[in-house]
Amino acid sequence: MYRYDQFDATFVRERTAQFSGQVARRLAGELTEEEFRPLRLKNGLYLQLHAYMLRVAIPYGELSSQQMRKLAYIARRYDKGYGHFTTRQNIQYNWPRLDDVPAILAHLAEVEMHAIQTSGNCIRNVTADHFAGIAADEVEDPRIWAEVIRQWSTLHPEFSYLPRKFKICLIASEHDRAAMRTHDIGLRIVRNAKGELGFAFYTGGGQGRTPIIGPLVKDFVAQEDLLSYLDATLRVYNMHGRRDNIYKARIKILVQALGAEEFTRQVDEEWLRIKDSVLKLPEAEVARIRRYFAPPDYEKLPVYVESFEDKKLSDPDFARWIRANTHDHKVDGYRIVSISLKPVGAAPGDITADQMDLVADLADTYSFGEIRATHRQNLILPHVRQQDLFEMWQKLQGVKLAEPNIDFVGDIIACPGLDYCNLANARSIPVAQRISRRFSDPKRQAEIGELRLNISGCINACGHHHVGHIGILGVDKKGEEFYQVTLGGSSAEDISLGKILGPAFSYDEITDAVEAVVDTYLDLRTGPAERFIDTYRRTGIDPFKEKVYGSLKERRSAAE
Amino acid sequence: MAVLRNGVPQPNEWIRVADDQPLPENAKVIVSVERWRSEGERLRQLNGALGVFLKSDQSPLLIADDLHRLSLVALEFPKFTDGRAFSYARILRDRLGYKGEIRAVGQVLRDQYVFMLRCGIDTIEPPVEKRVEGYAEALREFSVFYQPTGDERATALQLRHQRKAVAA
Ligand code: SF4
Repeated sequence: MYRYDQFDATFVRERTAQFSGQVARRLAGELTEEEFRPLRLKNGLYLQLHAYMLRVAIPYGELSSQQMRKLAYIARRYDKGYGHFTTRQNIQYNWPRLDDVPAILAHLAEVEMHAIQTSGNCIRNVTADHFAGIAADEVEDPRIWAEVIRQWSTLHPEFSYLPRKFKICLIASEHDRAAMRTHDIGLRIVRNAKGELGFAFYTGGGQGRTPIIGPLVKDFVAQEDLLSYLDATLRVYNMHGRRDNIYKARIKILVQALGAEEFTRQVDEEWLRIKDSVLKLPEAEVARIRRYFAPPDYEKLPVYVESFEDKKLSDPDFARWIRANTHDHKVDGYRIVSISLKPVGAAPGDITADQMDLVADLADTYSFGEIRATHRQNLILPHVRQQDLFEMWQKLQGVKLAEPNIDFVGDIIACPGLDYCNLANARSIPVAQRISRRFSDPKRQAEIGELRLNISGCINACGHHHVGHIGILGVDKKGEEFYQVTLGGSSAEDISLGKILGPAFSYDEITDAVEAVVDTYLDLRTGPAERFIDTYRRTGIDPFKEKVYGSLKERRSAAE
Repeated sequence: MAVLRNGVPQPNEWIRVADDQPLPENAKVIVSVERWRSEGERLRQLNGALGVFLKSDQSPLLIADDLHRLSLVALEFPKFTDGRAFSYARILRDRLGYKGEIRAVGQVLRDQYVFMLRCGIDTIEPPVEKRVEGYAEALREFSVFYQPTGDERATALQLRHQRKAVAA
């Protein structure tokens, strides 16, 4: 993974000192709260319902075991003993004290981490495919380019006061595991007809109250032109994005208003003037960064490991976990292991300090010290030998991290909702907990198969409800929490936005409603190979509507 | 009121003249784009140096053809959160090749000062209530810069590869 050189290390130290100075000036009254607010936000510090929240950047989701131990230490010493992984591959602490924040940042800097640009109207921490470097289907390791973008976007002098936040995501295969087209800029690394690598730009996607699937605005930008094309795109946005209405300030609104073609014309016009300037990316720098992402020292391993195959046959729980939580690695004999942070009844994405320490130990023992965070709020140990899987699984079980539910109905994305967030209409976490308890039987979950359920506590859509196979949105009905259900969304390569099922459900009805949706699917599907989303696309929303509201009526009259 | 150049206070030699005010002779005056357009010919006959003030919704492309006559372009930061003028400064320097003075006026805070210099702004008029020493302090906060912007500061990237070239 990338390691800081003297320049990166000096930079983060200077940034930490700068922020400490900003806090001191705020406390001394030299900065007004209005002036301090954007400064603290650009350093990941929010004021939530009950306390400050600090969001720490994990660039493109990659963590070392040493960094994970530091995160555990911070959770113990400065928070309530846990942290929360977010949908942007970051981690947040919900209870730090303002005057502790400079000390926390100093601890983070020791392990090459920071909280820069995890919030605020600037280019946010860049995200990437969590299978980067280990997926057989990628044309390039997207982390190399994510690191290039991380450096370019860090304290960018021109783009630190944008109309609104700006999120960039990178993938390098046809499979989209990172919801690439829901970003302000989604980049897919592709090869052109000549075999050269470059970037397809999908600009102007987003969620929130106006969900838009990012249109392809440029099908090939050469590697050396990546930064100039990004600069040109951001410049057009910085000058012309709306600043009069925060709900219309994202780049997606500008792209829609101008039309993708006119938008691209304006970007190209700017780009042609700057593409041969200082922004041209030197080959030597790419090569320098690439070296950090050289594969670890893999062993030559047999594809067939008898002890592993035997364990799968003799232990159905283990076999179920292997099927749900591990994926093919590009190197024979290794598997990619997903650690679900969604045990039954838990808050999605939460992890205790002890669990963090154990994950760090497992990474050291079994996975070259590497860990990844995913945008679905889970963790990954990227390279585990097949022969080690059983032993590792047992250790995960010991700390309740062996839930076999990756991509199943229990693998819920949920935003913090009304438990923490001052913008929320409704609670998200307790809804997720109830649903996960309802589907607590792992056998049942496996039988239902791939089903992505996403929950947001308000229209800002931090829980990605528009692109969940089942989406749940918290709404306020005369001061009461209600939940609107959408079906048919997807954030993968078959991206689509969900459609509203019908009238919203109360807090007490929502779990039943979800179960009725799932039961309807099980009735309708042609067989276990037809995923929920495929059935929905085949039948449309009507049969779901009929069944769900029908069964609800029955339950209501039975209750009376 | 003083202006800052490289963090150092200097007397402000320029006078901003409102659209309905008469223009002083033999002075350095800053006028609005509108006035520049309507009275441009007459203004050029005055003996002093000329500057134009761009509001935050006025792109420098509006005065692209006149830049060679202007000794100063003032960019407005009506609110410190309105970052359009950062891009205007870049356009003035990189795209239009403007060599005169670029000045930032309005809500220009010390935490933005380095960004301004990096984008090609030369002088700023800090708000009166702000401690001017703070701006000089801000210039010492960073020694590492990632983005090539065309200013003279060496980027991390250049230093990395320079160092290697020397070592080799
Ligand atoms: S979706 Fe709404 S409630 Fe949930 S975290 Fe975002 S702003 Fe808060």
